Amino acid sequence: MSAPTSAPQPPLVTPAPDGPAPNDQVMPGKCVRLAVDRPMRLDSGVEIGGFQIAYQTYGTLNADKSNAIMICHALTGDHFVVEKHPVTGKPGWWEMLVGPGKPVDTDRYFVICSNVLGGCLGSTGPKDIDPATGQPYGLSFPVVTIGDMVRAQKLLVEHLGIEKLFCVVGGSMGGMQVLQWAVAYPESVFAAVPIATAARHSAQNIAFHEVGRQAIMADPNWRGGNYLLEGTKPEAGLAVARMAAHITYLSEAALHRKFGRNLQDRKAVTYGFDADFQVESYLRYQGAAFVERFDANSYLYITRAMDYFDLAADAGGTLANAFRPGGKTTPVRFCLASFSSDWLFPTSESRAIVHALNAVAANVSFVEIETDKGHDAFLLDEPEFHQVIHGFLEGCAEHRGLSVRRRAR
Amino acid sequence: MVDIRDDLKLIAEMVEPNSRVLDVGCGDGALLDYLSHAKNVDGRGIELSMDGVRQCVAHGLSVIQGDAETDLKDYPAGAFDYVILGQTLQAMRQPRDVLQMMCRIGRRAIVSVPNFGYWRVRLQLMLTGRMPVTEKLGYQWWETPNIHFCTLRDFVVLTEEMGITIEQTRIIDRAGRVTSHAHSGLANLLGEQGVFLLRGNGG
Repeated sequence: MSAPTSAPQPPLVTPAPDGPAPNDQVMPGKCVRLAVDRPMRLDSGVEIGGFQIAYQTYGTLNADKSNAIMICHALTGDHFVVEKHPVTGKPGWWEMLVGPGKPVDTDRYFVICSNVLGGCLGSTGPKDIDPATGQPYGLSFPVVTIGDMVRAQKLLVEHLGIEKLFCVVGGSMGGMQVLQWAVAYPESVFAAVPIATAARHSAQNIAFHEVGRQAIMADPNWRGGNYLLEGTKPEAGLAVARMAAHITYLSEAALHRKFGRNLQDRKAVTYGFDADFQVESYLRYQGAAFVERFDANSYLYITRAMDYFDLAADAGGTLANAFRPGGKTTPVRFCLASFSSDWLFPTSESRAIVHALNAVAANVSFVEIETDKGHDAFLLDEPEFHQVIHGFLEGCAEHRGLSVRRRAR
Repeated sequence: MVDIRDDLKLIAEMVEPNSRVLDVGCGDGALLDYLSHAKNVDGRGIELSMDGVRQCVAHGLSVIQGDAETDLKDYPAGAFDYVILGQTLQAMRQPRDVLQMMCRIGRRAIVSVPNFGYWRVRLQLMLTGRMPVTEKLGYQWWETPNIHFCTLRDFVVLTEEMGITIEQTRIIDRAGRVTSHAHSGLANLLGEQGVFLLRGNGG
């Protein structure tokens, strides 16, 4: 989610309203139409059939299909984990962790990542055409939940002929999906790595999301969600939503270290409302870059899915019960990681999950990584974090009988 | 096989193969690693220090960062065959409560404790009039994490009061040799530490 800050940062731009929508371009990667014969029932009760899931795979599936790792992306992530992004041209979002010789070693594991249901990078979402009307769904798209996203991923995994995933890995909203996988399909997941996440979205986090959504809906170009039909784009609103959210991904210390009170290309303040400070310029850049690749309605839907996430509520109010399928301790091996300066998904949230897993005597590892980089740390160069993930996967591979390398490095 | 501390070796001998083990204060995971390879146990650990936890998890051990005094209460009764506490009881704020929790969540508990009744300790206190500093307990009084020292006799008395049965005893000397298989006044004088296999009254 972070962008390099050294590059000159353009001011907030508003491209022509008739510019191409983010995914009118031909996307690399794979795509499959799921739930064609039998529609999938969403948590809201709405049934959705024949939806599209865009995904990407890296590495090779072994003969007994036991080396598959599902990666779940975060709120504004996508399935381009370790390749140049087709819209931004930037490197894949998790190249620090995933790739040949990396902790999630694509020489050894078959890595799958799909764009979430409701997303805007190839999977069916609110910007797509509703076959019933011939017009973009907009707000008539059904509200989806984390559970629905994972249900769709399960269909994808079945489509790929994989009965049991070796591991599910993800951070932030991706971590929520990991937890959902482990709880909904304990027999289909050998190991789970929820990173910098929570078993429920906190009131403070819902509040931040609401600020973002209100910013989008207050943009006159949003047009009640019908902006695609009306040829407008709520870019100012979406950019403000991104700016507010971006602050929550960092930490006070990280912001201070990066920017302090430094001025942007000037020697003194201008006594106006231009971006005097570097931190302002940086946020404007983040907002402007985001609207190039993300759909505003998708942002509404996906933030909503996170807000609704509450594993304990789904398990009768006690989180531990979520990890006791059929009265038995979950067979899934867990490794949780949190980051000391993450105030969006603080360590206490991970610890609550650990306590619930202990209450059923589940197999769990938990590490808090010392860092001042805030929530974004899970995407950044954190060697200790990477060692932990590597060690955990090695240990699991041994138990799963995957210890032989596919080819020597 | 990795070489492990003398008291850890004795602890490992008390553990049946293929059992479920929780190592409380597992440090860098040496005992867990040893047990999982030598006895094929399903091992878990709790460790306070982040460095220890990172080392453990990076070596494929299932270890959580946590504090025994607050985190043991989460586990259900009888969750493990053995709950192990090596050389850490004396550093607990509430050692009695920790012992109680260990005997609740483990069918057996294994505890090793340094003996404050060891003759060198007694002699140092008597001759110098100062708090003893020994090879194994090398802290000055103002820096020691060991806030609840006991003698082996004190420990045995506590288990009696709590209705805990001592099923096995190993008293070891400074060289790590087993000097006795039972507690006695002499063992309390000659033993530098004791290793005990315990069974709670519910077990």
